[in-house]
Amino acid sequence: MTEYKGIMVLAESAEGKLASITREILGCGQKLANELGEELTAAVLGNHVATLAREVIIHGADKVYLADNPILEHYTNESYTNFMEVIVKQVMPKILILGQTAIGRDLAPSLAFRLETSATTDCIELSINIESGKLLQTKPIYGGNLIATFTSECHPQIATVRPKVYPPTKPDNSRQGKIVKIDTEPEIVSTRTKVIDKVFQSKEGIRLEDAAVVIGGGRGIGSAEGFKQLEELARLLGGAVGATRPPCDNNWIEETAQIGLTGKIIAPKFYMAVAISGSSQHISGCSGAKNIIAINKDAEANIFNVARFGIIGDWKKIIPVFTEKVRELLME
Amino acid sequence: MNIIVCIKQVVDPEAPPAHFKVDTTTNRLILPTDIPPVIDPYSEYALEAALQLRDKYAGKITAISLGNNLQKEVIKKPLSMGADELVLVEDELFTSNDSWSIAKVLATTIIKIGAYDVILCGRQSADRDAGQIGSGIAEILKLPVITVARKIDIDGTKVLVERVTDDGYETIETTLPTVITVSNEIGEPRYPTIRGIMAAKKKEPTIWKSVDLDIESSQSGIDGCRSHLVKLLKPVYEGKCEFVDGEIPEDAASNLSKRLRQEKVL
Repeated sequence: MTEYKGIMVLAESAEGKLASITREILGCGQKLANELGEELTAAVLGNHVATLAREVIIHGADKVYLADNPILEHYTNESYTNFMEVIVKQVMPKILILGQTAIGRDLAPSLAFRLETSATTDCIELSINIESGKLLQTKPIYGGNLIATFTSECHPQIATVRPKVYPPTKPDNSRQGKIVKIDTEPEIVSTRTKVIDKVFQSKEGIRLEDAAVVIGGGRGIGSAEGFKQLEELARLLGGAVGATRPPCDNNWIEETAQIGLTGKIIAPKFYMAVAISGSSQHISGCSGAKNIIAINKDAEANIFNVARFGIIGDWKKIIPVFTEKVRELLME
Repeated sequence: MNIIVCIKQVVDPEAPPAHFKVDTTTNRLILPTDIPPVIDPYSEYALEAALQLRDKYAGKITAISLGNNLQKEVIKKPLSMGADELVLVEDELFTSNDSWSIAKVLATTIIKIGAYDVILCGRQSADRDAGQIGSGIAEILKLPVITVARKIDIDGTKVLVERVTDDGYETIETTLPTVITVSNEIGEPRYPTIRGIMAAKKKEPTIWKSVDLDIESSQSGIDGCRSHLVKLLKPVYEGKCEFVDGEIPEDAASNLSKRLRQEKVL
């Protein structure tokens, strides 16, 4: 029997370019590959994606397995699971890393069950146990209240990695690597599912997950009108507005603005949490922020445990003045 | 239409973070004794989706729960919310927190129930946060799966599902039978009605043990685990918040802007 060897990452594209999450997991994969002294490969799936394969090499992969097929134009669980099954059975990587994205979180479990192995989703750390050589897969559980580390005896060891945990690799145009075309088609090519429409709901302007400044609002904001005030401050600082789940459920702000375990993961330089109590669910999505500034009426609010600066008080009295003061500071 | 919903009993995820304590010798959560377990809020969204489907297209909803120490007053909530049947799978031999063995037992339970058009699960569970059970059941039963749904419509044997993506949603078409995992965008789960609570009191759940299910011991419980929890910790936050205040809230706001500028945060 051939041995399982090497690390493989699944590449994703965003607007025709390599997605930042892919550069992040390439960085994570490089670290693991160095520790094991093995190769870092990448799987690139799609339609007319040869240029993406080259991008993956430039960003750190030693070798790329390319499945270029019209069926893979849009992601569907079935087509990607079928093709990834072929690739994994051919390459036999020891570890397979995906991003915790709409694609990764959907594909990893299906693929794990197909290959009779395990997957650990939403990992915030991957490392190698020196003695056993096994992958240590660390992730938040109980809504972020606890952090667990898992291992598996099965291969490949599959993990999805949360965005913004690992720094993205830098491009190096001199890097060379082999691109291997996957010619074998899966036994079943036809699929029972198809994508018939895609709707983009994100606001124009800076993407919440990429913004250096984020102003977040909680249930206490109380209305869509209240979020307009937060938007004014965000605009002033060149940032984006986010929210906890209740404001999204109440349509005070778009669904895609949700920050937390089941929403966006953010890691801005400046995060102002306004009227947010700080559930573990939410903190799980914002704890990567460099500076958290919290405004809350409740002195016992959990958010103050992760904040660097805080004001105990009513946001309605604080935010308008703070916004004016920031405006003055920026004029100086 | 036959709808099956997987429901999990979990430690109340709304319990204050201080209640989540770890026994570091066993790597297990010390179950809070003063806070009763609840139906997983993610499962409740799946049940709400089932009720919406039955409202629109008629049919029968069977809720299934796998677990140990299932509390009757908790686990019967799906009946009081409107589910038609409740099947409980409770056996020490099935004790496991691993996606593989849980999905195997649930899929075997679904096969025994027999009739299914739509199988619904929460997008993940509030305890393990893995989000794998729906996908696992689909692989085992060789069905299509659509995860993290925000809207479900059925037209004959065709299903249209809006699936939440990173920057919006996509509409996916598939055929029945299918597995769908449900997200909170589906809508707030309805409250149990008085009639529902009365009906739930009278209704006894079907209880199955390992002997009732055709499953190999190597696929369930501890032996069926594909992954192992080797370390469990409580995250430590620094908790060094500098509180800024003033005579009146407006002063505090002004002082905060000054402090942030001093520290070059702004």
